Amino acid sequence: MNKTWNNKAWFMVLPVLLLVAFNAVIPLMTVVNYSVQETFGNNLFFFEGVKWFREVLHSERFHDSLLRQFFFTGTILAIEIPLGVIIALAMPRSGIWVPVCLVLMALPLLVPWNVVGAMWNIFALPDIGLMGYSINALGIDFNFTRQPVSAWFTVIVMDVWHWTSLVVLLAYAGLRSIPDAYYQAARIDSASRWAVFRYIQLPKMKRVLTIAVLLRFMDSFMIYTEPFVLTGGGPGNTTTILSIDLVKAALGEFNLGIAAAMSIIYFLMTLLVCWVFYSAMMRGEDE
Amino acid sequence: MKRAGFLVPFLYIVFLMLPIYWLLNMSFKTTNEILGGFSMWPADFTFDNYAKIFTDPTWYNGYINSITYVAINTVLSVAVALPAAYAFSRYRFLGDKHLFFWLLTNRMAPPAVFALPFLQLYSAIGLFDTHLAVALAHCLFNIPLAVWILEGFMSGVPREIDETAYLDGYSFPRFFVKIFMPLIASGIGVTAFFCFMFSWVEMLLAKTLTSVAAKPIVATMTRTASTSGYELGLLAAAGVLTIIPGAIVIWFVRNYIAKGFALGRV
Amino acid sequence: MARIEFDRIRHAYMANPRSEADYALKELSMTWEDGGAYALLGPSGCGKTTLLNIISGLVHPSGGNIRFDGTDVTALSTEARNIAQVFQFPVIYDTMTVRQNLEFPLRNRGVASGEIARRVDDTLRIIDLADKADRPARRLTADEKQKISLGRGLVRSDVNAILFDEPLTVIDPHMKWQLRSKLKQLHQRFAFTMIYVTHDQTEALTFADKVVVMYEGEVVQTGTPDELFRKPRHTFVGYFIGSPGMNVLPCEAFGTTATIGGHKVRLPAGAPKGATALEIGIRPEFITLTGDKRKGIPVTVRRVEDIGRFRIVHADLDGRPIAATLPEGSEIPAEPRAVLDPANVNLYADSWLVEGGRGP
Repeated sequence: MNKTWNNKAWFMVLPVLLLVAFNAVIPLMTVVNYSVQETFGNNLFFFEGVKWFREVLHSERFHDSLLRQFFFTGTILAIEIPLGVIIALAMPRSGIWVPVCLVLMALPLLVPWNVVGAMWNIFALPDIGLMGYSINALGIDFNFTRQPVSAWFTVIVMDVWHWTSLVVLLAYAGLRSIPDAYYQAARIDSASRWAVFRYIQLPKMKRVLTIAVLLRFMDSFMIYTEPFVLTGGGPGNTTTILSIDLVKAALGEFNLGIAAAMSIIYFLMTLLVCWVFYSAMMRGEDE
Repeated sequence: MKRAGFLVPFLYIVFLMLPIYWLLNMSFKTTNEILGGFSMWPADFTFDNYAKIFTDPTWYNGYINSITYVAINTVLSVAVALPAAYAFSRYRFLGDKHLFFWLLTNRMAPPAVFALPFLQLYSAIGLFDTHLAVALAHCLFNIPLAVWILEGFMSGVPREIDETAYLDGYSFPRFFVKIFMPLIASGIGVTAFFCFMFSWVEMLLAKTLTSVAAKPIVATMTRTASTSGYELGLLAAAGVLTIIPGAIVIWFVRNYIAKGFALGRV
Repeated sequence: MARIEFDRIRHAYMANPRSEADYALKELSMTWEDGGAYALLGPSGCGKTTLLNIISGLVHPSGGNIRFDGTDVTALSTEARNIAQVFQFPVIYDTMTVRQNLEFPLRNRGVASGEIARRVDDTLRIIDLADKADRPARRLTADEKQKISLGRGLVRSDVNAILFDEPLTVIDPHMKWQLRSKLKQLHQRFAFTMIYVTHDQTEALTFADKVVVMYEGEVVQTGTPDELFRKPRHTFVGYFIGSPGMNVLPCEAFGTTATIGGHKVRLPAGAPKGATALEIGIRPEFITLTGDKRKGIPVTVRRVEDIGRFRIVHADLDGRPIAATLPEGSEIPAEPRAVLDPANVNLYADSWLVEGGRGP
């Protein structure tokens, strides 16, 4: 579409700009401010330059939580994206069951995040939770409050439970936008089920799947409430991913400089990935 | 093959429903029964947990507070996003692409990073512990999302419609409200749904920015864990009740959920 | 290529059709010759797409059989029928190049790679895309994409029929004519059985040897463009084909004379007995206007449209609107009277043509 050049359009964007800037720029400035200062209480601050950044970047604690973060993000993407696509492909294209399925599937997305954590905490308890009890009944020793492996398993299953539906909805929307004629043409060309997926469905889902990966990547970096309520980052520090570590540093230990420096590093990382995706998407759209 | 195909969504939905069933199951048990041992359904079926929530103002006020700030946020986000999305979909202007990207990055801003600065900011302007504070704070991630979805829907409306309306002598505000908004009604519905959803489920900021007067239900729930020991039955009942508004809202927009992302600029 | 036979084919989309009106396609039997170019013409909702889908195997008819070269294919799937189809909107495989698009149906059928290369090269030449063979298919224009769709059918040299479902819908007007002549030329050269669905009479009449006109789920006439013009079997065909359409005037008739508004018109066929509604149909091309008081029926001219090679006169005859075409330059008389060419007057009983010599 050819858009007209009109700088007055700025006035229409202004309310959005002011509201978001109020919420984004001022707090960000505060964080930047903390990240370069040292405090000994009583609101006395001293300029410290990049001390906190150097400290964070060299601390083993940060490396560990970053590593755990990448493990978490990688695992959930590797499970949720293919699973979501498979479920979307298996969904009926029309009929009375479609709205029912969609509503049931969207349900986890509307559960407040701490309720998700609490729900899974109880669900996975080995003595009174359905999942924990069932796994132990199968003869597998499972206790997420004590074993790192069980804890990781629970955190990941919870995230799959919580967010796979988003991938399903996106992929399903992409699939539904494919006109019937494509499937007809594929039948006429004797295409196999795999070929239909590879040459028709996957290319048409490319856009929405990019979004799904982007959203899940970003959200998995900012996820805090659910794993915090579920495991509190434990046992020990084994499930302490970035944001949990950050809040621990800021509120638990009141180590504002470290926390702020971590925030900035963390924010720059998400920004970078976001930018890479965004420009890739825009290039895709221009074609 | 056909039958096996239906099995996949079916099993997935069963998987989704199991933890919710467990929560529902517990909400009808007394806390003693829950802690007493494992059982698939309540032996001593009780409504006490729900009764407590509906009679104790510290509980039900939590719901009222949550719904209040979610509603304010949804209306505010959609209202300011509408003209902005129109500008992005119809005009080119200085820095438009950068602005759009900057908006999107805020969608990705982790609340954990902003919790403390937000507390200081809203305390400084005297909005701490008000519905408005939470509603405004949630604009951080809801406005970018609203602009994004609405822009996609608006780009689907041909420009000729705008031009015809101007030729017919419509002023811009009248055209926008009378002609354009009805055309993207389903887009507005989808956007409102997503704003509702993200504001309803967010808890870190909502909890940080309130103490008593505007305390949301999600924060009230954490109280059961900290002060009076684990009142699991009550917690479960409150959890079930937080799912219900979401379920009602999804039912209304069920036909648009899938479309929302397909048409959005995704 | 194959001869296509329809044997009492009918179709209803609902599970238990009760009346005739429930059928989207009413019972029909006919044979389409091998190598013929057929056009299915009619307004939207007339059943032409249903009939096309029955041929392609996308819809299985509620009753009757369909045969390709004598073999019953009613129960066969689309894949097994070995047909090709060009859709309303270009259907191409976005991620492939033009060449890969053409190779795709052959690869799926396990054709040897040497054979694939040879046939694809041939086809690329036929559809004039040899120079764009290695471009990504999504970068081509709409008409080129339609050629790729066609090419995917042509490359399989053994297809039974090529179906076209309003293939020019999204093509730029100046390209429509080119693509249509390309199809015509290919048909003359290779003699495929081609079936072309359209609601555009110009497309149908220029493309097809035989035009099948459909109306409300029924085939109302099958014939050459000339037959459809001169002897429309149903008043609908008269309206639908020709621009402007045929004039249809209610009349009374006795033997071979019809009466319109007190004026007598000679008929080529006698009126049947017991018919409830009689009408005469005459094309605007066969009405002349004269000032001679001894001939024709008086008319009042309402409006004259000049469309270049001739003029269209809109007039009232006995209170009913009629149209007549006038050669350029000829005068409209002061007190015009319409003369109907008796050889081209058709009589319709209950909307169906009364055939010459078969009247009582």
